[in-house]
Amino acid sequence: MRPEEDRGARLRRLRWHCRRALLELDLVFQRFWRQAGDDLNDSDAAALERLLELEDHDLWELASGRRDTDDPQLRGIVERLRQA
Amino acid sequence: MKITKRTFDAVIVGAGGAGLRAALQLSESGLKTAVLTKVFPTRSHTVAAQGGVAASLGNSEEDHWHWHMYDTVKGSDWLGDQDAIEFMCRKANEVVIELEHYGMPFDRTDAGKIYQRPFGGHMSNFGEKPVRRSCAAADRTGHAMLHALYQRNVRANTQFFVEWMALDLIRDAEGEVLGVTALEMETGEIVAFQSKATIFATGGAGRIYHSSTNAFINTGDGLGMAARAGIPLEDMEFWQFHPTGVAGAGVLITEGVRGEGGILRNSSGERFMERYAPNAKDLASRDVVSRAMVTEINEGRGCGPNKDFVLLDITHLDPKVIMQRLPGIREISIQFAGTDPIKEPIPVVPTCHYQMGGIPTNYSGQVVAPRGSSMSVAVPGFYAAGECACASVHGANRLGTNSLLDLLVFGKSAGETAVEDVKKSTKAHKDLPQEAIERTLERINRLDTQRDGAGVHESRLAMQRTMQNHCGVFRFADKLKEGVSKILDVQKDVQRTVIKDKSKVFNTARIEALELENLIEVAVATMISAEARKESRGAHVRDDAPDTAERPNGRDDQNWLKHTLWFKEGNRLDYKSVKLTPLTVPTIELKKRAY
Ligand SMILES: Cc1cc2nc3c(=O)[nH]c(=O)nc-3n(C[C@H](O)[C@H](O)[C@H](O)COP(=O)(O)OP(=O)(O)OC[C@H]3O[C@@H](n4cnc5c(N)ncnc54)[C@H](O)[C@@H]3O)c2cc1C
Repeated sequence: MRPEEDRGARLRRLRWHCRRALLELDLVFQRFWRQAGDDLNDSDAAALERLLELEDHDLWELASGRRDTDDPQLRGIVERLRQA
Repeated sequence: MKITKRTFDAVIVGAGGAGLRAALQLSESGLKTAVLTKVFPTRSHTVAAQGGVAASLGNSEEDHWHWHMYDTVKGSDWLGDQDAIEFMCRKANEVVIELEHYGMPFDRTDAGKIYQRPFGGHMSNFGEKPVRRSCAAADRTGHAMLHALYQRNVRANTQFFVEWMALDLIRDAEGEVLGVTALEMETGEIVAFQSKATIFATGGAGRIYHSSTNAFINTGDGLGMAARAGIPLEDMEFWQFHPTGVAGAGVLITEGVRGEGGILRNSSGERFMERYAPNAKDLASRDVVSRAMVTEINEGRGCGPNKDFVLLDITHLDPKVIMQRLPGIREISIQFAGTDPIKEPIPVVPTCHYQMGGIPTNYSGQVVAPRGSSMSVAVPGFYAAGECACASVHGANRLGTNSLLDLLVFGKSAGETAVEDVKKSTKAHKDLPQEAIERTLERINRLDTQRDGAGVHESRLAMQRTMQNHCGVFRFADKLKEGVSKILDVQKDVQRTVIKDKSKVFNTARIEALELENLIEVAVATMISAEARKESRGAHVRDDAPDTAERPNGRDDQNWLKHTLWFKEGNRLDYKSVKLTPLTVPTIELKKRAY
């Protein structure tokens, strides 16, 4: 989270960062936001922030289940993406 | 109202392959260069490109730029400009090798040369047999290309403005382009970028269709901005449809699936391509397969409850082959079609993939528009490259792997021309006309104050459905006519969209509303240009212009061998001739396009 950023702004920034280069990911994130809506808690948001730092192809491999993450902070959010 | 102004020698809008290649040219020549982009550069849509980039390197077998040129002219169904096509094909080796020197990890042969593979439509010896011309970096060609170019730009001190959305072109009364207005997403502030050279590299607008392989970012912003500033859009009726997008989602299933033995089937399980293309069958060219699929659906042999898709069957393949040679296909199918292709076929439909038309340019990357008695006069200060531009090398139909080549060649040449022009000019920056800035502020203000308007999501959906149903793979005179009036109705809604969220910071609702204002310009241009073109050519296929002995494939060279120009003002159309004279070689003469 950036200094002085309020929660609403943080979620809106995250939403924009879900605009990706691959349609596959756009569709997964679209479903994810429909389900998660605005009730992501702070630790979810922090995990999502880190996940969104990944390259698109790597992110898609995680989201589609072709690869797993061994990062405990990311596991929960990856699972939610897969279920979306 | 006064807004902040930032001044540069050059401003580039877009950080995909075309924008980054252009930026490099400018920064390395020492000019102060800004690149604006809606998303981080390496998340631009170029990342999605997997197939490769074409160049007649001849590393695997004999090849020649002249053969490549022939294939491209033929692929374009003779609508491509032959001077620009010669220019592109001759420059291909140079720009690909340059990229290799920038660190692009191309696949290699045992001897250490760039490995090349065949790709649809690329042939040797003027159409004789397929040739290996595509250079790739595993299945991440676009991604690797962007990384190489981005690193190089960082070294050259290109200044990036990431998460900035350009809103409007700033053009003065003489028609000179002086920069753009842009929105900083993080603050909501509107800033004027003043420049001596403005280069658009904003990518395609594939999201005008309901079924599209394009990511959400492809909203044709550059085209919308150009159209609002009085620049025409060229050949917008030509859109390439990829035969196999997952029904309902659009996600691309690569041609490789049919290459490995995948078969298209209709509702009775018939392998229908045997009827349409007895030799090539499921591997016929993209437009042939797409049209066959639509014919099956139109004649009631589609699958599913609404009979609106066909099936791509790989259940007869060894699961090991699927897992090894078609990585990713299984995941895509499970995620987006809900079927495991090892057990059940994948529902697919022809899906919008690539925009052949765009902002008119010459092969030097200058934007050109009619002025006085000439149809192509350079607009001072304005350049464009990549999918948003129309040089025109793809004409009525693009060959696979020619688009990444287009980005490199015309990104570079737009950059080179801009460098020359900026260095030649001795004048200081011109003052920015306040009216141009006010126009942007009015659009933002309209969104902030609009009440009881139309929803952004609903209007976008209406636009996408109208385009899909009235201006798809197969086109019908009455449907197109109806489509024109429907899309103009949707346009009225777009002019009164309302957003609930009026916040400043990362207001994605506002961004989407602004993007829709660009998409609709492209949609209107497409529908009106398509309705008017009364022939079939390349990707534009009309039911009332069928294949006859007199007019093979429905193409009417006598009346329609010309480029369309659509002007926003009054939805006016004009036409300009196709450049049939190449730079050094003889004209590639008109012929029926057959494979
Ligand atoms: C799934 C798929 C696979 C493909 N595979 C191949 C292939 O193998 N070979 C091939 O040759 N072609 C391929 N293509 C086509 C090719 O990828 C594209 O035509 C090409 O990448 C477009 O590049 P570009 O630089 O013009 O635009 P993009 O890469 O789309 O970049 C556009 C840039 O403009 C920026 N931008 C847009 N609007 C604004 C604005 N208002 N303000 C600020 N910035 C803005 C974006 O942020 C982005 O940085 C494929 C296309 C798809 C969809």
